[in-house]
Amino acid sequence: MKFLLVEDNPDLAQAVVSRLRLDGHVIDHAEKLDDASAFVSTGEYDLILLDIMLPDGDGRDFLKQQRARGLDTPVIVLTARSQVSDRVGSLDLGADDYLTKPFDHAELEARCRAVLRRRSGSSKTRVELGGIVFDPVAGSLSVRGTPVTLRNRELRLLELFLNARGQVFSKQKLADRLFSYENDVSENAIEVYVGRLRKHLEHSDLTITTMRGLGYRLDQNE
Amino acid sequence: MNNARVSGSLRNRLVLTLLGGAALLALLLVLAVRSHAIQVAQEGQDNILLASATSILDSAAIRDGSVQVDIPYAAFSMLSTPADDRLFYAVFQDGQFLSGYAGLELAQAGGDLGPEFRAGHLQGAPVRIIEASRTIIGTEGRRDIQLLLAQTQDALSETLDRISRDAALFGGGFFLLAALLSLAATKATIGPLSRLTASVTRRGPQDLRPFQSAVPREMAPLVTSLNSLMGRLNQTLSQSEDFIAEAAHRVRTPLATVRSRAEATLQRVEKEENREAVRAMIKAIDESSRAAGQLLDHAMITFRADHLERNEIDLAVLVRELTERLAPIADMRDLSLHVKGDPRVQMTGDQILLQNALRNLIDNAMKYGPAESVIEITVTAAPHPQVTIRDHGPGFPADEIETLTSRFKRGRNAAHTIGSGLGLTIALDVATAHGGAIALHNHPEGGACVTLSF
Repeated sequence: MKFLLVEDNPDLAQAVVSRLRLDGHVIDHAEKLDDASAFVSTGEYDLILLDIMLPDGDGRDFLKQQRARGLDTPVIVLTARSQVSDRVGSLDLGADDYLTKPFDHAELEARCRAVLRRRSGSSKTRVELGGIVFDPVAGSLSVRGTPVTLRNRELRLLELFLNARGQVFSKQKLADRLFSYENDVSENAIEVYVGRLRKHLEHSDLTITTMRGLGYRLDQNE
Repeated sequence: MNNARVSGSLRNRLVLTLLGGAALLALLLVLAVRSHAIQVAQEGQDNILLASATSILDSAAIRDGSVQVDIPYAAFSMLSTPADDRLFYAVFQDGQFLSGYAGLELAQAGGDLGPEFRAGHLQGAPVRIIEASRTIIGTEGRRDIQLLLAQTQDALSETLDRISRDAALFGGGFFLLAALLSLAATKATIGPLSRLTASVTRRGPQDLRPFQSAVPREMAPLVTSLNSLMGRLNQTLSQSEDFIAEAAHRVRTPLATVRSRAEATLQRVEKEENREAVRAMIKAIDESSRAAGQLLDHAMITFRADHLERNEIDLAVLVRELTERLAPIADMRDLSLHVKGDPRVQMTGDQILLQNALRNLIDNAMKYGPAESVIEITVTAAPHPQVTIRDHGPGFPADEIETLTSRFKRGRNAAHTIGSGLGLTIALDVATAHGGAIALHNHPEGGACVTLSF
């Protein structure tokens, strides 16, 4: 998927870009509304992440203009202002969702996925591999043609493994990606999720290998 | 809200003053007409009495040394009245009674002093008396002849009674007319004031536009002050809202930066103890940003509660929109939000405040509900608009349910969960502002239940 991030804070932008790239997305980053207009007029995006307070203007005005010009791309507004006062305004202007800073990147991903699912439901992100067909945006998995219902964390886990095939993930790294930092997560919980995903993938050519003391790795059977 | 202290009524004061004035004027009018009528009638009688007396005196002559008074017929006939007033006369010569009614007595010492009128009583009836004299010079020298002529006043008092009656009727009519006019005048005067009052009262709490409609000159200073007061209030309100929004921005932006950096660091750091430290940092950042957000929300709510916007809203629609919005977060934690109950729940309230209260309650349920559980949200219309949110978590500690809604109090079992403890307080404040209530209890089959009713 191709995203456009309009955000003037370099640290935040860097973090968002690197995080979304981890998920296999392509991100263009604009620091100002001028740049954003140029990006929008030359490229096609699946999703725009738009900050409201930018050095050369208000993101909401930009959104209004772009919508008036017929831009149909889903937009998630990022705001640091109070939720009470901002939410109505941005949704009325044609935003699909909004997120209050500071945000949990897991929540950003969840919201992106929800918006994409609602708006496009496209199969751009579909992965076919080792007897499975997986679409992380639609949240659908089928193994040898049989649909499998995945819970969100199982889905995220599979997405993580598929985005970095052959890489070893420690339990802690997985916990950091699957859970927000609100709850203390036991390593046990990770084992439970890995166990479930293994069961889902039983009939495919994909195996989650336990690397003792290191973590897990997704392998494709020969 | 403070009710104004009431001291008297402008309308009553105005009506009473105008009616009192009208009554006084009517009374004065009646008295003036009556006294004028008395004067005119008296003058009429006096003139006739004078003419009669003059003609009698004219007929007086001295014959053979003695005074002769021939009373001409006309002198009496001119005094005849419809009421058959009685006439008395007495003739004196140089102060000596000559002839006539002996009850009449001379008042003047003598001499030709011109005719004189006075009032008196004869035979128990009020009379008008004229005393006139004439000096006749004959062969035996000069003689002073005095004539006293008295007439009862029956006809006059009848006339006066009639005039008084007419004057009273006229005065009463005048009073009635004046009363009607004063009521109309009061209405016209109080009218603009009532209209201003009505238009102030009709306004919504957020409507702080100045009054535009024209008012009488005397009310202009009041409206000017009112407009300037509202202008200042409006400024204060928008400054407060701006301040809260700006404060949120100032607090959240650096927190967002720090959090992003920490998360980026976490991706690179391999050593477990360092990772643990970064995680603790992120957790602390989340806690402080949530606390800041809720404090600002709370400030916004306290502030809005004083100027509550009351719109017709559908609580069921509001809950559905909210759960749709929260679904990705629930999804992230493998939680499901189930909304059930009535399809339409009409109520009046402040949409933003209600959203905020419900979001806090659902946030709580999502924090305490275990993964892969369901959060049930039930909206009902009868007997009161009501939302119940039930999770399948550990429930409230039984001995803390009472104190949980106080600010900054958190349940004992919340030690590992991020939250500032303001969520329930915010919900309670919103409920109170809407005249509603919040009830906490544990479901018999486990899990916490929060009911927000209006």
